Amino acid sequence: MRTPLLAAYELVGGYGTIDILHGVSLDVGVGEIVSVIGPNGAGKSTAFKTIVGFLRPRSGRVVFDGEEITGLRPDLVLQRGLAYVPQGRLVFPQMTALENLEMGAYTIGEPARVAKALESAYALFPILFERRRQKAGTLSGGEQQMLAIGRALMTTPRLILLDEPSLGLSPKFVTLIFDKLVEMKRAGYTLMLVEQNAARALAVADRAYALELGRNRLEGPGTALLADPEVKRLYLGA
Amino acid sequence: MTTPVLEIERLRKRFGGVIAVDDVSLRLEAGRIYGLIGPNGSGKTTLFNCITGVERRDGGRVRVSGERVDGLRPWEIAQKGVGRTFQVIRVFPELSALENLLVVTRGHLGGARTRALELLRFVKLEGLRDEYAGNLSYGQQKLLEFVRVLMRDPTLILLDEPAAGVNRTLLNDLLDAVRQLRDRGKTILLVEHDMKVVMGLCETVFVLDHGEKIAEGAPGIIQTDERVIEAYFGR
Repeated sequence: MRTPLLAAYELVGGYGTIDILHGVSLDVGVGEIVSVIGPNGAGKSTAFKTIVGFLRPRSGRVVFDGEEITGLRPDLVLQRGLAYVPQGRLVFPQMTALENLEMGAYTIGEPARVAKALESAYALFPILFERRRQKAGTLSGGEQQMLAIGRALMTTPRLILLDEPSLGLSPKFVTLIFDKLVEMKRAGYTLMLVEQNAARALAVADRAYALELGRNRLEGPGTALLADPEVKRLYLGA
Repeated sequence: MTTPVLEIERLRKRFGGVIAVDDVSLRLEAGRIYGLIGPNGSGKTTLFNCITGVERRDGGRVRVSGERVDGLRPWEIAQKGVGRTFQVIRVFPELSALENLLVVTRGHLGGARTRALELLRFVKLEGLRDEYAGNLSYGQQKLLEFVRVLMRDPTLILLDEPAAGVNRTLLNDLLDAVRQLRDRGKTILLVEHDMKVVMGLCETVFVLDHGEKIAEGAPGIIQTDERVIEAYFGR
């Protein structure tokens, strides 16, 4: 049987005394795109924050590449090879695009490795090379999203978690970002994403999970979930 | 035709280049429960803020029981009989549950105290009347905020995400309370993400997407509306 690169088992937790997750399990295999969808309040973003260490689960486990990382600090999780692109992009607006990319490599001490990572970020997003001296705050929403993804590539991660990569983007950039995700998969990256645009996220996913109110509801191949009327029902409570 | 409790005509609000509320018109009759739904960022809370005067509208008209209220200050609109709760609870943690209700009193304190105790009983919090609000559970704080709105006996009650973070038992108490208010002739408009709550409670649902009203109707109609499904599911 295939060993997942990342597996989260029965995560329970949330913020302070308020539990959002009531038992969420997710896994990703090497080379896959896995999408996590579900209506508001399903716990998608909370699951990601718990996996990368911003939140500590009340119970449950997170295993990355065979080692337990449950509750490990985010910077240490990153050092293990698990990168995270937060919701809303969160680039450093006063820094240039290049400086933002360099910030992504702050845990890496070897200049040669950073230079190589920079090259692959530019290869994937040539626009970032063009904009390298421009302040990130002056980039368009779509460019900022590419910058946020490029920044996550700087540690040469083995898995990238993306929280709502298409949120707030114009339709043109939504298409572009999803195309880029497919391109990244072809280049050998492993991706897991949370998305409010379920239709797009399922179309690119090898496998997908639909969460509802902090629990797993449905899972299967992206195309199967896309065709499943039950998935649409989750959103409107019918 | 009866005068609607709330009538919004072509309300518009923009933030810089973003049109948060785009020519929205709504009409709310007395004694009914209405839902306002829409994907994240569709303008629901902004619409609440424009109705209650927290945000200044850029265009359109708002009438409460036939009287223009757009342009009035939030407290003036509250005095016209509009009460609201907020998405993030705003109780005074270092006042008791009872004191939290007495804070909104005008005039005679004795009568207010009787009313406050009645309202605490209404949501089964009478046993916690002397407890600091900060010591109540999140759900209890939400109930407290809800009845604080009722202290002024509003005709129109706006609830921003009443179900979020509230456990099943307290949620049922809250939903019961909302239905009882409706039965007494109050009008309720709620923003809520929990679709089971919306579809089970509301008689009419309005749907916003990118600041525009894209649908309006009974829950069963909304749930099968292609435009609504697309707004939530993407394309």
